[in-house]
Amino acid sequence: MALSEQDVLAGLAELVNDETGIAADAVQMDKSFTDDLDIDSISMMTIVVNAEDKFGVKIPDEEVKNLITVADAVKYITANQG
Amino acid sequence: MKKLNQTSPVPYSRIYSLGAARGEISVSNDDVAGPIDSSDEWIRQRTGIITRKRAGNSTSLMDMSVKAAKEAIEKSKVNPAEIDAVILATISFPYQTPSGATLLAELVGAESAAAYDISAACAGYCYGIAQADSLVRSGTARYVLVVGAEKLSDFISPTDRSISFLLGDGAGAAVVGPSDHPGISKTVWGSDGGNWDKVGMTGSLIDFRDGKTPWPTLIQEGQSVFRWAVWEMVKVAKEALEASGLQPEDLSALVTHQANVRIIDEFAKQLGLPESVVVAKDIVDTGNTSAASIPLAMHRLLAEGQVKSGGYALQIGFGAGLAYAAQVVELP
Repeated sequence: MALSEQDVLAGLAELVNDETGIAADAVQMDKSFTDDLDIDSISMMTIVVNAEDKFGVKIPDEEVKNLITVADAVKYITANQG
Repeated sequence: MKKLNQTSPVPYSRIYSLGAARGEISVSNDDVAGPIDSSDEWIRQRTGIITRKRAGNSTSLMDMSVKAAKEAIEKSKVNPAEIDAVILATISFPYQTPSGATLLAELVGAESAAAYDISAACAGYCYGIAQADSLVRSGTARYVLVVGAEKLSDFISPTDRSISFLLGDGAGAAVVGPSDHPGISKTVWGSDGGNWDKVGMTGSLIDFRDGKTPWPTLIQEGQSVFRWAVWEMVKVAKEALEASGLQPEDLSALVTHQANVRIIDEFAKQLGLPESVVVAKDIVDTGNTSAASIPLAMHRLLAEGQVKSGGYALQIGFGAGLAYAAQVVELP
């Protein structure tokens, strides 16, 4: 069954917390991964790979560059989940 | 019809000894941070590097190669005149031709050895060990000298934020010869030319000659390389370990290409090795030395007593090409 944006946000927040220690409730739709959450490119890629596993979605390298905000990632995953 | 003579194979090969040489200048993060608008803290956090060793203008790639090779040959107790082949893995020898290996052979006393360079970047040393293993076991060569050597500081840009600030200079050498027991497992290797442009140069020498590009320097797409270097290369490492017939707990050490501590840490995590396996992190104060990084890291583990001769190490090189190679070796 397809996950809602809210479900994906909750799952993504867990992954961010696992990788960076950032509190899950700080991972909000309007936050920028780089500017607000201070997530570097290597941690971002780790989160991307873990998100692929968790949500059954492929996120190609060229798409990662477009995931500026949490909302970008949530919407991409929701639209492309397997 | 007369029967053709063919070489008689020998059953096993192993690495007899290692040698190492690093650039003589310690370059701190503060030394490289300014032009990339960075800081010591930023570099440590993203790469784990504290200093990198670089060679001065008076030290050549060949100087470091000779130093490392002579140490390995001396420790091996092999007469250099009996070395049948010299393989130099490098991407920074500054001549298109002749090869560096022929000069290296001459300078270490392996005068008539077959000698050639291989260009497989950070996988070059493991490619060289694969070839040495095959040459020895096929009976084509009795002893083979493999050297991974780089003077990458000749091909860096102070303002490049992608790779230049990671890089160091050095050479690592190994003597490979016949053995009465298995010492080098099957190599798992390959390439991915579809990602040829993920790690490389800012331009060609022809473009530089024609004034179309500044002096070509190294560059990479770090994020893509990180994904490949960890999640794709862990599959290769697992395949190499399986081919060796060993289990993770049988290893003494994991010696990956010293690309970035974050890569090494995630690699070890994904591989799921027990805590008893020492993970080499020579990069912390040597930097990323491409083809030299694996023998330098292994040499250090042995020199510092972190691992013992006779144990097994999984070594894996990966980088520009993209090219990769992994094998399990008995520590010399």
